[in-house]
Amino acid sequence: MIALALPAANEEGFVPPTLEDMHLPEILPWGAPYGDGFGKQMLLILISVVILGWFFIVAARKGQMVPGRLQFLGEASYNFVRNSIGRDIIGEKDFRPYTPLLFSLFFFILINNLWGSIPLAQLPTTSHVGTAYALAAIVYFTWIILGIKKHGIKYFKYATVPSGVPIAILPLVVLIEIISTFLVRPITHSLRLFATMLSGHLIIMLSAAGTEFLLLEAEGLLKPLGVLTLVGGVAMFLFEVLIQVLQAYVFTLLTAIYIQGSIAAAEH
Amino acid sequence: MNEALILAAEEGANPLVPNIWEILVTLLGFAVLMFIVVKFVVPMFEKTFAERTEAIEGGLAKAEAAQAEASAALDEYKQQLIDARTEANRIREEARSEGAQILADLKAKAAAESARIMEQSQVTIEAERQAAVVSLRSEVGALATELASKIVGESLADDARSARVVDRFLDELETSQNAGAVQ
Repeated sequence: MIALALPAANEEGFVPPTLEDMHLPEILPWGAPYGDGFGKQMLLILISVVILGWFFIVAARKGQMVPGRLQFLGEASYNFVRNSIGRDIIGEKDFRPYTPLLFSLFFFILINNLWGSIPLAQLPTTSHVGTAYALAAIVYFTWIILGIKKHGIKYFKYATVPSGVPIAILPLVVLIEIISTFLVRPITHSLRLFATMLSGHLIIMLSAAGTEFLLLEAEGLLKPLGVLTLVGGVAMFLFEVLIQVLQAYVFTLLTAIYIQGSIAAAEH
Repeated sequence: MNEALILAAEEGANPLVPNIWEILVTLLGFAVLMFIVVKFVVPMFEKTFAERTEAIEGGLAKAEAAQAEASAALDEYKQQLIDARTEANRIREEARSEGAQILADLKAKAAAESARIMEQSQVTIEAERQAAVVSLRSEVGALATELASKIVGESLADDARSARVVDRFLDELETSQNAGAVQ
């Protein structure tokens, strides 16, 4: 087990939550060890798809000139991604084909992050690295294929050989560019999302477990400290909601930046 | 549950090692979402936006056309108003000059008529005076003759003579009158 609480808290029988507490036994087959079947994380992902599909189809279906409340909410959400991320980053001329991808990514990640703050669900599905890898891989292959489609095989030259660099250090620069663009980029893209969600959720779990221990089992003067951990835990919960929204935005924004970079590669 | 935890713990779960099933479910779920978004959500929203833009632009064009029409109509009305004023002025001026003409005509006509009436009445008066003079002369002559014959006892049956006498007398009378009038 990986101990996440301070060693001092480990005394007197306090068992801090571990990473394994985020890996619950499977639903199908019931109670099977994590990794052997269909689990809560997968269920939440499928539910998120159903909710998003249902909500946006209902919101978009009427298509009235003067939108109702639901349609307005849907249009505002759609416009946020379409205009503030897609159009502003990729540019007025080219952004339209990528709107569906950016829109799907943003709301898919948003709701899957927010699962961590929704009672009963309480598991940010993106804190399981598989989901983050999958999403980052989709984006990774998207911008590489776009670049090749747009510029042919020359795309790799555009992407890795910057102009105006002295010939002496060019090999080094090219090596750095290759590593940073084609190796590090997808890793940071996925781990940023995964790590923020995992750590945020662990902090909340830790404050909850600590509060429970302090209030119910600690003795004497330690008991009131439980109030502190409770207040801190609530504050972290609210902070975590902010982070969950922000990370969805960051992930989508980076996607837009990568796409823009590959379709406009020749320009820089 | 504890057993599961222990099992998982024993495997030494590395958080960076993905669960392959979660990757598959994520890819599948995202693919379904992408399909829904590409097939329904984006086209519907874009259609609504396009229709709304068109409606707004159409409305603007319509309003512009209406305004142009209104201003054209206003110009026309203004022009008509100016025409009407000019026309009214012209008619008024015409009427004024015509009225003056008519008045002058009437005045002239009235003056001529009054002159004519005056002349006619003078002629009539003169004629009547002549008639009166003639009738007086004969009647006064006869009466005077009869009176004189009765006074002198002499029959002045001879009409011709008496007439001459009377005429002479009247002529004398007239002459003396005229002389008096002259003097």
